[in-house]
Amino acid sequence: MVVGEKKGIVVVRIKEERLDAHISDDFKNELRRIYEGGKKNILVDMTDVRFIDSSGLGAFVTTLRTANSHKGMLKLAGLKPQVQALFDLTRLNLILRIFPTTVEALESDWEKAHGQEFN
Amino acid sequence: MAKNSIEVEIKVPNQTCYLGLIGRIAEEVAYAIDRYSGDRETLAYHLNLVLTEAAANAMKYAHEGDPEKSVHISINITDDVFCARVYDQGQGFDMNSLPSMDFEKLEDRGRGIFIMKSLMDCVSYKRLGDTNVLEISKKLK
Repeated sequence: MVVGEKKGIVVVRIKEERLDAHISDDFKNELRRIYEGGKKNILVDMTDVRFIDSSGLGAFVTTLRTANSHKGMLKLAGLKPQVQALFDLTRLNLILRIFPTTVEALESDWEKAHGQEFN
Repeated sequence: MAKNSIEVEIKVPNQTCYLGLIGRIAEEVAYAIDRYSGDRETLAYHLNLVLTEAAANAMKYAHEGDPEKSVHISINITDDVFCARVYDQGQGFDMNSLPSMDFEKLEDRGRGIFIMKSLMDCVSYKRLGDTNVLEISKKLK
């Protein structure tokens, strides 16, 4: 993973092709550390990810809960079609904020509306 | 072996670092199928995914992450039917007793079997002697 910051938003670019059970715990823990370190907003750049399994999806669900508990936001961008298809199949596309590109994600609203939890 | 039949046996240590290998083999099997009129890239992705899910379940839940154990997968494609069996030596469980997916709830777990059932025609889990067998199959168009 490569972690950077743009416009005050932490951008985490996953460099691995597979976000599966082998790396999902480390990924989840890394994002949790970022929120616990005081950062509110994380954008996960999925451009290099060509495969995700249910562990990877679960890591995003856990991280969304972490974001909410820190009154922060979590967004995803750059999903490849097959990866997006799995979010759609499991209806996590309705819960997670997903953008076609990191540019669009960074330009979106990052101010958390009071009481707004999901999409 | 019957003509146009593919059989692949995989045995790897019970460690998640081998999930990528299992997934790549599954994709290669999809590309090796002789006659397939559907979207081969999607089939490859789906086979990668269901075998990854099945193997990860065996590693995490059946074998409880024990690195001394191994995961055995048997893949067979005959007469346009893809069939894979994943063997584990765990306690076993009743797949029918699992609650159905609740999309309203934000659960960390529980999507693996839903994914397998969504992408395959049949998913079953049975006890055979001292081994459990997860069998997944799909008719290939």
